Amino acid sequence: MTELVFFINQVVISGAVLGCIYALGAVGITLIFGILRFAHFAHSELMTSGAFFAFMLAALFASWGIVTPIPLGFVVLPLAMVMSAIFALGIDKGFYAPLRKRGAKPVILLIASIGVTLMVQGLIRLFFGAGSYSFFENETKDIFRIDLAFLGSTRPLVITEPQLLMIIVTVVSVLALHFFLTRSRLGKAMRAMADNPDLAQVSGINTALVVRVTWIVAGALACMAGTMLALDVTLKPDLAFNIIIPIFAAAIVGGLGQAYGAIAGGLLIGFAESLAVFNWTMVLRPLNAVLPEFAQLPATLSLVPTEYKLTVAFVILVVVLLVRPTGIFKGASS
Amino acid sequence: MIRRSLTLFAGLFVLILVMGWAMGLPFTSSRLVEATAYALIALGLNIQWGYGGLFNFGIMGFLMLGGFAVTFISYPVNPQFWGSDGPWMLGRALIAFGAGALLVYGARNSDKIGIRGGWKTFVTVLAWFVGYCVYRSQIDPAAAYIEANAGFVGGLGGHPVLGWLFGGVLAAGVAFIVGKIALGLRTDYLAIATIGISEIIRALIKNMDWLTRGTLTVSPIPWPTPLPQAYQASGSDQFSSLLLARGGFLLLALLVLGIALWLISRAYAGPWGRMMRSIRDNHIAAASMGKNVTARQLEIFVFGSVLMGIGGAMLVSFTQIFDPSSYQPINHTFLIWVMIIVGGAGNNWGAVFGAVLIWLVWVVSEPLARVIFDFASNWSTNFGWGAIPEIESRSAQMRVFVLGLVITIALRYAPKGLLPEVVRRDA
Repeated sequence: MTELVFFINQVVISGAVLGCIYALGAVGITLIFGILRFAHFAHSELMTSGAFFAFMLAALFASWGIVTPIPLGFVVLPLAMVMSAIFALGIDKGFYAPLRKRGAKPVILLIASIGVTLMVQGLIRLFFGAGSYSFFENETKDIFRIDLAFLGSTRPLVITEPQLLMIIVTVVSVLALHFFLTRSRLGKAMRAMADNPDLAQVSGINTALVVRVTWIVAGALACMAGTMLALDVTLKPDLAFNIIIPIFAAAIVGGLGQAYGAIAGGLLIGFAESLAVFNWTMVLRPLNAVLPEFAQLPATLSLVPTEYKLTVAFVILVVVLLVRPTGIFKGASS
Repeated sequence: MIRRSLTLFAGLFVLILVMGWAMGLPFTSSRLVEATAYALIALGLNIQWGYGGLFNFGIMGFLMLGGFAVTFISYPVNPQFWGSDGPWMLGRALIAFGAGALLVYGARNSDKIGIRGGWKTFVTVLAWFVGYCVYRSQIDPAAAYIEANAGFVGGLGGHPVLGWLFGGVLAAGVAFIVGKIALGLRTDYLAIATIGISEIIRALIKNMDWLTRGTLTVSPIPWPTPLPQAYQASGSDQFSSLLLARGGFLLLALLVLGIALWLISRAYAGPWGRMMRSIRDNHIAAASMGKNVTARQLEIFVFGSVLMGIGGAMLVSFTQIFDPSSYQPINHTFLIWVMIIVGGAGNNWGAVFGAVLIWLVWVVSEPLARVIFDFASNWSTNFGWGAIPEIESRSAQMRVFVLGLVITIALRYAPKGLLPEVVRRDA
């Protein structure tokens, strides 16, 4: 039983947390790709800047003496999401809209988004330096240890408050997104435009509005992902820049342009990463009693050494591109 | 067009002179050597993107391969490794690798013995897994043994120029595999796939301590030309020996760049270049004219990567240290892209111009930002607002912002670059 709990702690919880982050990021990327047809590289910076918005708001609230039972960074999240949505709209207005108006190819927009990445990252580093910050300077990070002794486990089930919140928030926002896309007029317009922009326009859909809504949704989700990630680990300027490729991998694995695919891809990659570096000896150790002397299990028996954890996502990406380039769910073809 | 190029290059020359006057000759001469290497790398990207329209965002990986190659060839031999069981264990790992590859190959062809459909997929996955386990079972103890007993494999003690060539060959080999995997993809997918592959290469080189010493770094790597110390030993003073040595390296680098430029320009002007441009502009039309689009794109991808490998090797030779953790996508991939976009994709002189200009902007923006910050800090202190904290680290970050600004401005106002591609239309 101890082994099973260990497995849940190491693989199920950490995989779910990682998967939620990837999924939230990948949804934004896939929505932007579906509507605007370019790979938005600067999504990582939307995530990081969103986390910094939340951090500043939390610091502001703390200076007013507001104390909340749940982490302050989480309380200010709606406000930070609004700020991030406005920021995303501003970036689109300032950098992508002029290029789109000129009729630039998607590739040019991709390069422009890299320029935006560098600029935003430069600005963040300019104001906040290269160091790392924690949301929990003045609060305590609650850690729930669920004692499972009655099941015969010597280890408790461990989950931290941010992790629990992250999983709940992801589920809620995925459901909200689902109802938005399938029930609301705007959501349906978004899906129509993702399928065929010209047809959507001639059938009277306000495409400019759809583009704006896309940026608002993507910016808000990116802020959520960034803040939750920063609550779980620490906040630093390259918080999301380091994981942008796994996020892209999640979006591609799910099929670019497919919102549900992105969620599935995110969870798949999150679980695959934590499963690949999982040390199987910890679970299989009881076998050592029955195994003969020469076949004893080594101290570490994982599929991939820990230092290659991030590489797992790239390998999955390459394999998916090779075997099924459109992703698990069939992605946008153009 | 010629007048425009001449004006721009004259401006660049003046900029270099100003820099030499302001920052001192030793600083400028090293930056020029690096700029030459970057020009070679930019030419490589220009072949891929400018001629062929291929979207390579994995430049960093090829630079690392080049750097590793020159380290491996030119670093002195490590007798501790060759005297130990290391070579034998590595040989066994190689055999295991071969056996694994054979297994996978067999599984992929298993339909010939009647295994089809889902079973074939299953057998292939199983073969990959078994092959991987067999390889890991041999390489892990070998790596641990070498790291414990000999440090790392060491070099071969060859001439650095041989190392540069090997860098090109290694990059070509990897580019062939990458191209086989990724070139069938659309542009965005290709960009992300190449980023992913370059990250895999980085993770491998960084963590294969037995081969590359990983984060422990390898130095000093010998120069192909005499070092400053050699000039000093023969009686020159410190300043002139530094200049003489760097001048020698610069000449060699310029020679390589010149040869590459000459060869590429000839290829571009010839039928091969016309074919490549036709594939880039309309691959469907080119295919209908009987051109093998996939094979040609693979060819151009490999050619471009060769130059990147050589350039990466040159950079490592010059700095004399191979530090896998110093490679960053911003410094080694995006920077090259900015060079090409600002210089002008499809124009070789544009690529060279962009490379030198952007490299100088990149290296100057940090001290420049520090001067500006110091000035602003003085000003704010005088107003009683207090000084700006951490000027050092902040000004180091300024160049990332400047790079992003340059890229967006260039895309907005000069999308074809400063020296656009010359489209010749014969009457």
